[in-house]
Amino acid sequence: MKHRTFFWFILPTAAAMLLFIALPIVSVVTQSLHTPHDAVLTVTKNCGPFGCKDTTVIDQEATAALRTAEPLGKFVGLDIYFDRGHLAVAEVAQAWRTSDGLGAFFSQLSNLPFYRAMAFTLTFTFTVTPLMLILGFMIAVAVNTLHRHLKGLVIFFSLLPMIVSPLIGSLVLFWMIDSRGVIGAALQWLFSDPNLSLKASTGLTWVMLIVYGVWHAAPFSFVVFYAGLQTLPQDQLESAQIDGATRWQRTRYVIIPHLMPLVTFVALIQLMDNFRVFEPILGFNSEAHATSLSWFIYNDLGGETRLLSSAATSSVLTILGVAILLAPVLVRTWRDFNAKV
Amino acid sequence: MASKAQQAPAYLRIVTVAFVVLWLLVAAFPFLWTLWGSFKVELDFFSKADWMNALTGPRTLAEKGSPFTTDGYYGAWVQEEFWRSAINTTLVCFFVVCTSLTIGTLGGYALSRSGYRYTFWLLITALIFRAMPPITLVSGYLLPFFEWNLWGHLATTIIVLVAINQPFTLWMLYSFFQKIPKELDESAKVDGCTQFKAFRHVIIPVMWPGVITTGLFSFLLAYNDFAVTAMLLSKENQTMVPKIASFLGTTQTEGNVMFAVAAVVSATVPLFILVMFFQRQIVSGLTQGAVKG
Repeated sequence: MKHRTFFWFILPTAAAMLLFIALPIVSVVTQSLHTPHDAVLTVTKNCGPFGCKDTTVIDQEATAALRTAEPLGKFVGLDIYFDRGHLAVAEVAQAWRTSDGLGAFFSQLSNLPFYRAMAFTLTFTFTVTPLMLILGFMIAVAVNTLHRHLKGLVIFFSLLPMIVSPLIGSLVLFWMIDSRGVIGAALQWLFSDPNLSLKASTGLTWVMLIVYGVWHAAPFSFVVFYAGLQTLPQDQLESAQIDGATRWQRTRYVIIPHLMPLVTFVALIQLMDNFRVFEPILGFNSEAHATSLSWFIYNDLGGETRLLSSAATSSVLTILGVAILLAPVLVRTWRDFNAKV
Repeated sequence: MASKAQQAPAYLRIVTVAFVVLWLLVAAFPFLWTLWGSFKVELDFFSKADWMNALTGPRTLAEKGSPFTTDGYYGAWVQEEFWRSAINTTLVCFFVVCTSLTIGTLGGYALSRSGYRYTFWLLITALIFRAMPPITLVSGYLLPFFEWNLWGHLATTIIVLVAINQPFTLWMLYSFFQKIPKELDESAKVDGCTQFKAFRHVIIPVMWPGVITTGLFSFLLAYNDFAVTAMLLSKENQTMVPKIASFLGTTQTEGNVMFAVAAVVSATVPLFILVMFFQRQIVSGLTQGAVKG
């Protein structure tokens, strides 16, 4: 294809991505280096019968004028990155100096909002991803042995948790595990503790969110692995069996290696998607016990104050996190492409 | 399983079937439960006394004279004007799907037919953009949109969603067009077609399966999006998902959780129908990227 033709074909989509993905990233980075203007203060001399006094008042007009003239605010460099709401350099250094032992250090770190969000996001990402792979694989193997007519029905119901939007999915579960809901009541009965509430403790909230994450993501790995199972090399399986391999050995040494490329694919996609975990935090109303990086940004953006600079800084930090996670994917795609050309 | 020798022993078959049944229960039961419960009053759906109440609905019977009530739906759709959000969602989904498919097919086709180095870099850039959590971009939109008075309109949100959708659409359609033999449009070009004419007369008639699959995923993205729609739409332009989220803030305290329950069920029904009709396409779309890798 000629360069010229290519250009016209790609133009609309490239323009859309440039304007609404690339430029916003630039905008986010710029915003993160600025902070809103302070109020303009004017000092006036107030002379009365008892002598003169300096009074400081906020010049509302000048402040408003300055803020409309330069909506970005004033340039502060990396200050916002290092403040208490984000990387909290001073606080971390302080904690490092004062705390004895790593445990105490981490517990102090978990009081800082950014590190709290980071801790949950990473825990969520790195527990949900392996669990959903295992569960998806188990379902795929089990469904594959079913009768042909049943398979379609099972796949239909299996797709539901994945297809509904995360907010709706988490709400549906949240209402059931409410202490007055069916699962909540069942758990209370099971542990014979009438005051048991999953929402009250941090640990249980995390478990609840992770269970939700696995429930939501398992259908994806199930469907991919199920498709992979359809292309199993039958003669290899048969020869393994003739050589005396047990059922387990056949799974371990034939089926799993056959699915391995799919496992990497699903794992990489899931790492990206779980890292952005956000809606479940709102759905489960768990802000008090678990926050994620995406929620952290949302929280700054919402509400009356709209802390744009703070949100922008968290966004840049999140994007850096995504970049680190993404590095292996990029390397892989690079290899694939070079192999093809 | 092909032969008698490969047949699983009886105990293993029982375990497998039990496991599948258990998974089905886990996957589907929450939805059925919520659907059933949405026709009850709050004190039955959230019953302190006995969980069976949510099934039989004694309170609903006492209050409404029948074990089923549509009060939740009335409250959500009429009182809280959920119909407005439903219309907004329809508009957003329709335009997002149409626009992103139109520009996505052109782009994906061009990427699949050009062998130059820059196609690789474009695809890599798209992949990086695909990994970007949408909420990180939102903080970049807000200030310019406020400044230029673009905030709050459906049109702005549609364009933003189209753009966020593009990386994924491009990748899907790129890998789909790669499977259409190059000889098709090459021969059309030999017969005197321009590249665009070849696309128009030769590729368009055979591309529909891939386009429909991609369209489904664009639809799901637009339908399910929360981060962008919640931050970029004004209150009267809200789509369904942010509207449900706003129910949680306001109505839950007034004891109208059932509005939210009814709204959740209403928002799930279209997806249910979608999976019913397009299950095959969704499955093939999910596996498309995977199987070739």
